[in-house]
Amino acid sequence: MSARSAIDKARARSAWIFVTPMLIVLALVAAWPLARTIWFSMTNATLVDLTTYDFIWFDNFIVHAEGRWYGIFTDPQWLRALWNTLVFAAVSVSLELVLGVIVALIVNAALPGRGLMRAAMLVPWAIPTVVSAKIWQWMLNDQFGVVNAMLQGAGFVDGPVAWLGGSSLAMVSIIMVDVWKTTPFVALLVLAALQTLPKEIYEAARVDGIHPVKVFFKVTLPLIKPALIVAVIFRLLDAMRMFDLVYVMTGSSEETMTLSVFARQALVSFQDVGYGSAASTGLFLIIALITVIYIMALKPLGRERAE
Amino acid sequence: MKGKTALKTGGLIALWIVVALFLLFPFYYAVVSSLRDGSAIFEASLWPANPTFANYEAVMTEQPFARNILNSLIVAFSVVVLSLGLATFASYAFGRARFKGRRLLLYTILGVSMFPQVAVLSGLFEIVRMFGLYNNLLSLIFSYMIFTLPFTVWVLTSFMRDLPVEIEEAAIMDGASSWTIVTKVFLPLLAPALVTTGLLAFIAAWNEFLFALSFTLTNEQRTVPVAIALITGASQYELPWGNIMAASVIVTVPLIVLVLFFQKKLVAGLTAGAVKG
Repeated sequence: MSARSAIDKARARSAWIFVTPMLIVLALVAAWPLARTIWFSMTNATLVDLTTYDFIWFDNFIVHAEGRWYGIFTDPQWLRALWNTLVFAAVSVSLELVLGVIVALIVNAALPGRGLMRAAMLVPWAIPTVVSAKIWQWMLNDQFGVVNAMLQGAGFVDGPVAWLGGSSLAMVSIIMVDVWKTTPFVALLVLAALQTLPKEIYEAARVDGIHPVKVFFKVTLPLIKPALIVAVIFRLLDAMRMFDLVYVMTGSSEETMTLSVFARQALVSFQDVGYGSAASTGLFLIIALITVIYIMALKPLGRERAE
Repeated sequence: MKGKTALKTGGLIALWIVVALFLLFPFYYAVVSSLRDGSAIFEASLWPANPTFANYEAVMTEQPFARNILNSLIVAFSVVVLSLGLATFASYAFGRARFKGRRLLLYTILGVSMFPQVAVLSGLFEIVRMFGLYNNLLSLIFSYMIFTLPFTVWVLTSFMRDLPVEIEEAAIMDGASSWTIVTKVFLPLLAPALVTTGLLAFIAAWNEFLFALSFTLTNEQRTVPVAIALITGASQYELPWGNIMAASVIVTVPLIVLVLFFQKKLVAGLTAGAVKG
């Protein structure tokens, strides 16, 4: 008894010493810059001179002046970016989830070469996002791209398709690339969950002659639900802050601009730190809301694991 | 019955091949394109007729691409060493000790890992300017901590928690300090976990784009992703696709080799990071 409490005391004493350096770095790199961004969002600071500015309260977010509305919440470009981000996140995450489960089920089937398949799944994940963006940009090139050459060769289209050329097709293309790159990640998570399932249930279901589709919906899906929830939240947060794929493939084109691209453009390209910070703060609040919901959902799961 | 099973297996294998083709084709096509020179690159054929390494030569000589690779290596290695060092000690505290505020801290760190990077951009700009780190690799090493530190702490904490209690108790009974316990007892046991987490941190730092794009200015200070994204030709409509594909292949092949070599560990680390963190 006394030995155990001595151990606990020794641990607790050193605990804070061990945690502090990491916390200082996190405070410097995350907490302080975030606080400054929120502060800047209520100023008219510019990138040229970050030290002189006026405090203008919420004018960067919404303000009525001279009979007109200003601020990001009434800025059609910001609203378009919000819409783009939501569409991108909703469609890509749904597709990745459904395809990820299907791929995981295919790979989970006991066949020779399963290891090879898993290795192939890691390739899109291992390619840097900027590189994937460039490769797909080249493949989707309207004049010389291999995708158009294949589609025309097969007779699916008459002329070259302008995949990234400023129409709603650009968003479709970007979602397709994201699905290509991230479905394997979701599939790996689902696969890990599938491999923990007890074999006996499936044996019993097979003996009872229950249709595999029914087994999937009644047995497999409920059992892998926790893993699916985690995968969805992870992907959703990632999709909400999407920057590099869109920036590299279509630049600041209005059809595909996401909230992150909008914020960086205001901040760096237009040097408007106040407005850019307001846009960043808006995105931060949206993501913070999702994170809080996630942690609330995770808490009961963690408790189950601890017991 | 037997025929039906064979049909099923055949169907599955066909599905596998379709999925594998879809996954692997883009990189294959990048390799093929990188080996074609001049006007040959504009023929969208599926294999290189007269393979040449001219594009590779061009990308290494027409711009400081070797320097960009070196920059990326410096940044990624520094980030890995720093975040593993900080996270190992922190994870000992989180994984083994019970202290007040432990849960709250862990969830706060989890929250940081969900941050949109752009939300700290203006605040980081200010710090980078204040310390004169603009267009300096140190600004990247510093700012990358925001995404490597939270997940290394979380993954290492979950590994720490699973280590046997007896070894640590024996060490404490022998009068070992917490420092000795972490460095002499746990560090060797954690080695596999450190390899996995370090590799994931390395890949994340190697691939980062937003901060690298914003905090560097000159070609000599750029890291690989920014260098590739900003390769330009004579005009906006004449991108040197051969060079871009060659550069893409150069930086991706080592990564793919690394990932395939460590694939079991990586998958374990990824799923641990996702399920527990």
